Amino acid sequence: MLELRSITAGYDRRAPVVRGISLTIEPGEAVGLLGPSGCGKSTLARVAALLHRPDSGTLVLDGEPVRGWRHHAPPARRTAIGVVFQQPRLSSDPRLRLADLIAEPLRATGRREEAADRVAELAEPLGLTPDLLRRRPHEVSDGQLQRACLARALVLRPRWLICDEPTAMLDASTTAALVEAIEDYRAATGAGLFAVGHDRTLLRRWCDRTVHWDDLTASSVPPGDRPGSPLAARRPAGAP
Amino acid sequence: MTQRPEPPVLSVHGLSVRFLMPGGHHVAAVTDAHFDVAAGECLALIGESGCGKSVLASALLGLLPANAQTAGRAHLGGLDLLAADERTLARQVRGRMIGLIPQSPAAHLTPVRTIRSQLEETVGQLTGVWGRASVRTAGEDAAARAAFPAGHLDRYPHELSGGLAQRAATALALVGGAPLLLADEPTSGLDRDLVEHTVDELRRHVDTPTRTKGDTGRALLMITHDLTAAERIADKVAVMYAGRLVEVAEADSFFGLPGPRHPYSRGLLGALPERDFTPIPGMPPELGDLPAGCAFATRCARVTDACAHRPPTTGSVACHHPHRPEEIRA
Repeated sequence: MLELRSITAGYDRRAPVVRGISLTIEPGEAVGLLGPSGCGKSTLARVAALLHRPDSGTLVLDGEPVRGWRHHAPPARRTAIGVVFQQPRLSSDPRLRLADLIAEPLRATGRREEAADRVAELAEPLGLTPDLLRRRPHEVSDGQLQRACLARALVLRPRWLICDEPTAMLDASTTAALVEAIEDYRAATGAGLFAVGHDRTLLRRWCDRTVHWDDLTASSVPPGDRPGSPLAARRPAGAP
Repeated sequence: MTQRPEPPVLSVHGLSVRFLMPGGHHVAAVTDAHFDVAAGECLALIGESGCGKSVLASALLGLLPANAQTAGRAHLGGLDLLAADERTLARQVRGRMIGLIPQSPAAHLTPVRTIRSQLEETVGQLTGVWGRASVRTAGEDAAARAAFPAGHLDRYPHELSGGLAQRAATALALVGGAPLLLADEPTSGLDRDLVEHTVDELRRHVDTPTRTKGDTGRALLMITHDLTAAERIADKVAVMYAGRLVEVAEADSFFGLPGPRHPYSRGLLGALPERDFTPIPGMPPELGDLPAGCAFATRCARVTDACAHRPPTTGSVACHHPHRPEEIRA
């Protein structure tokens, strides 16, 4: 379970962008958070991903409250979470070949020897050919680079995936391919998903439950937990 | 939109762009593109990132790098844009005949000057308006045309929201009264409400008659990967795949019934979350290493031996086995 309990966070203590937000994600659940640009949803995603320390409030991850953020977080906690960001160009080291980019988390956690097998295993279903894996970010398209960034997020087999508008820059087919890859991973591992974005149609199709930012700020009770909430939209039958 | 008697504002015939790379090989970024855009009409050019859409736009503006070679013709108001020299492009075309609405307005605007100062400079450069007071009024009029609030004119670009920065950039593009607007991914990175707002405003500029021409509106060439935005604004749709226009169709029949005819276009629409949400298998080929036959063949369910030969791009669909209206209805 991933529980955000009355989180207040931001970049200026006097004017936090996130104020007293609570949201609970059950194990294996996919929750989509909708909101306009600049509302603070990305900041909340960064808090959930242990990348931004909140001013107040508690994050409880799998039953245990989180005490350290960023490099203060214990490795076991950090590796339980995979993150995919909006702009693949800004979240990839331009010097690394795609194969090394994907394997980077393995190297960072001292599991270098697993790299070759794990990269091959992840690259194939994502359509990353050996030729693409040998290239550097400037030699591939945004869609191809985001596929590699997704592989990097999955390489340590996280129990939670945090996605901050991973497909906002991409065309419809690449979007559908990335979502399919994430859903395949979740089906195989039972990982939970927290996706933020502004594309209503996409998040409703993708996630088990979508909540709107305005409903989180209006009440401390997550709207999905309220019976009959119109925003607790279920995925249509037959969706992947 | 139906046929109009006037000639098209922009008429592109057999436009090709190649980049010469070190080592003697070349990248075919755009190959043999044919399309027209009429006054009061919006053509949406759609396709995946890296398919050559933006190169096509740069070719029209004469903004290609030195290692690019172009072929074909692009007629705009009696001028062939591809044959024009830099002096003609700079003095007659950019801003005056083509207004560019850029992909990232925040990067397009000068960060150290106010919106008013940038508008007034553009007014001074592109129109005959002269004198401090008249330039000021003309600048305010230009802002009003793009619905940019007068109260924000003295702000710097970083003080504006994404939507307002977009309007400021649009105001600059409209100053010269250009008959053709070229919008390169105008909605990239905006949220859904802002996307709808931005394309509705662009549509309004297409429908609003230009001051110089009287009765006809502007022509808009919008380059986008956002199919929802294209559906909202376009009269015609051109689908680009691996540097080629594979389908040019009326927007109504493309997004509605009978739907697109090229298998790639059908796959692209089918991938939308409001439709099948199923990706097209595989990835597009490299523009530097295109196959001899149809570039989509390796991803296509309708592939046959005929696909080893390149389908002609002169018709409305470049495919050996396009979907036919009668089988789509069945």
